[in-house]
Amino acid sequence: MLTLDFEKQIHDLETKIEELRHMASGEEMDIIEEISTLQNKVDKLLKQKYSKLSAWEKVQVARHPERPHTKDYIKDLIEDFIELAGDRNFAEDAAIIGGFGKFNGNPVMVIGQEKGADTESRMKHNFGMPKPEGYRKAQRLMLLAEKYDIPVITFVDTAGAYPGVGAEERGQSEAIARSIDICLGLKVPIISVVVGEGGSGGAIAIATANSVLMLEHSVYSVISPEGCASILWRSADRKKDAAAALKLTAQDLHKLKVIDDIITEPLGGAHRHHKEIFKNVNNALQKELTNLKKLNGQTIMIQRRKKFLDMGRNL
Amino acid sequence: MNWLTDYVRPKLKELMGKEKKDVPDNLWHKCPGCEQMLYHRELVENLSVCQYCNHHLRISVKKRLELLFDGGNYKEIPLGKVVQDPLKFKDTKKYADRLKTYRDKTKREDAMTVAVGTIGGKKVVISAFDFGFMGGSMGMAVGEGILKGAEEAVRSKAAFITIPASGGARMQEAILSLMQMPRTTIAVQMIREAKLPYIVLLTDPTTGGVSASFAMLGDIAIAEPKATIGFAGKRVIEETIREKLPEGFQTSEYLLDHGMVDLIVERKDLHSSLSKLLSHILK
Repeated sequence: MLTLDFEKQIHDLETKIEELRHMASGEEMDIIEEISTLQNKVDKLLKQKYSKLSAWEKVQVARHPERPHTKDYIKDLIEDFIELAGDRNFAEDAAIIGGFGKFNGNPVMVIGQEKGADTESRMKHNFGMPKPEGYRKAQRLMLLAEKYDIPVITFVDTAGAYPGVGAEERGQSEAIARSIDICLGLKVPIISVVVGEGGSGGAIAIATANSVLMLEHSVYSVISPEGCASILWRSADRKKDAAAALKLTAQDLHKLKVIDDIITEPLGGAHRHHKEIFKNVNNALQKELTNLKKLNGQTIMIQRRKKFLDMGRNL
Repeated sequence: MNWLTDYVRPKLKELMGKEKKDVPDNLWHKCPGCEQMLYHRELVENLSVCQYCNHHLRISVKKRLELLFDGGNYKEIPLGKVVQDPLKFKDTKKYADRLKTYRDKTKREDAMTVAVGTIGGKKVVISAFDFGFMGGSMGMAVGEGILKGAEEAVRSKAAFITIPASGGARMQEAILSLMQMPRTTIAVQMIREAKLPYIVLLTDPTTGGVSASFAMLGDIAIAEPKATIGFAGKRVIEETIREKLPEGFQTSEYLLDHGMVDLIVERKDLHSSLSKLLSHILK
């Protein structure tokens, strides 16, 4: 597992535990005891560290390569997932994946950015940075969901929309704007979960939702801390200051009433215990769906709009 | 005393003092397009358009509105109060101080003006950006201005025109600035539901979160010549693809070629073009 710079002490202890496990072939009580002492120490350190991560440390956790991605959530939470491809205009863009499936037995449309897990899949998914056709596919799927009266779940995990010549030529701006427009007009519920990075316009294009949830250590921002630092401080080295100033953590955004709820992560972050985060996300999604299901289409749309209109007005 | 001591000498001092300042503010301007020197009075007479290369220089909101509304007459709609510096943002300077500096300099509250009047005799509400106020960046105040303009258009059954001149999000308002993308899109939907015209006049520059929301959702998209319009910054794209960008990339003309805007209209023709257009779509 990739070790983040602030986890060095924890990593050293974990390595030691691994070594001891190798040595302990049988029932050597002293080794088992040693392991248990070390494990307690690791847990204590993790608890200490992860209860007060700085904004920049959260950015690092949110980008951790072993953190579960959209595909992992779909695999665990969605039964009989049927992936749908293409925008019907130009291309298939695998930076956004989506399709029908069942969530706890009920039909849903799932859409999300996928970053990929190894070099090959990262290339295939363009590192989770969608082009216009990705957003146009998302729009198509959202409208399909509305047609069949099926709620939409989106998983948000992107550094941002892809900055490329072709993307600009094919109207990246229009594609994002139209996605927001369609999100806002849908008469079925949309629930968004920021599972890793919520990168600016590239994120909000599929996160203009009735309910926006964030994982405890995920981040959501108008610009990356590096980008902000290089513009406002004229030095990318000030990324830590920028991260803090941007108030991009789930906790800050909840206080600002920009997001609706925070999903607790397992000890030491989602990347350490996939099963546990899947369970927490499942519970959170089910709770939101149950609440939203009681409302009719018009009310769902009005509630969503009102939420965004009120944003920032009562601070 | 005389012209030399009163005017030339202080200006010369200013020139010597600051290397970067090429010309006295009020006398000559360098065209950002062709680098020709333009005499101030002639430039004003030519609506701040370069006589040599037709580059459309940025103009103030006041001039912009005078140019567009019939007879240069319009009424400004006061904007409500919005939350000030909710994040207590500080980079090399406090955001609160930056705001104060720009307010003193521009005598405006923020980068947005909402005005009502007529164009070709048709009722119109305009929400216009002021690039001179923090690069026209979009925060809460700007978002509220777009919403206010849309509400006023619906109330008075007028056409709604937005005129972006903005680098994008107001970073100092961080996430709240990002939230103006859906908020301004709601303004567009209010106009759509009232079946009123929504026209966007894209001016230099229209980029970032501004272009990726209300600015690209116009029923009709008109651009001024040679304006920069796009989502990602040119430098960011170059760094990502590690190639040189094509000639004219992200200009109005480039967008027209790629089907992203309806038409390009020169500044001097905007009033008559908008009048004609509105006469076709408003009874």
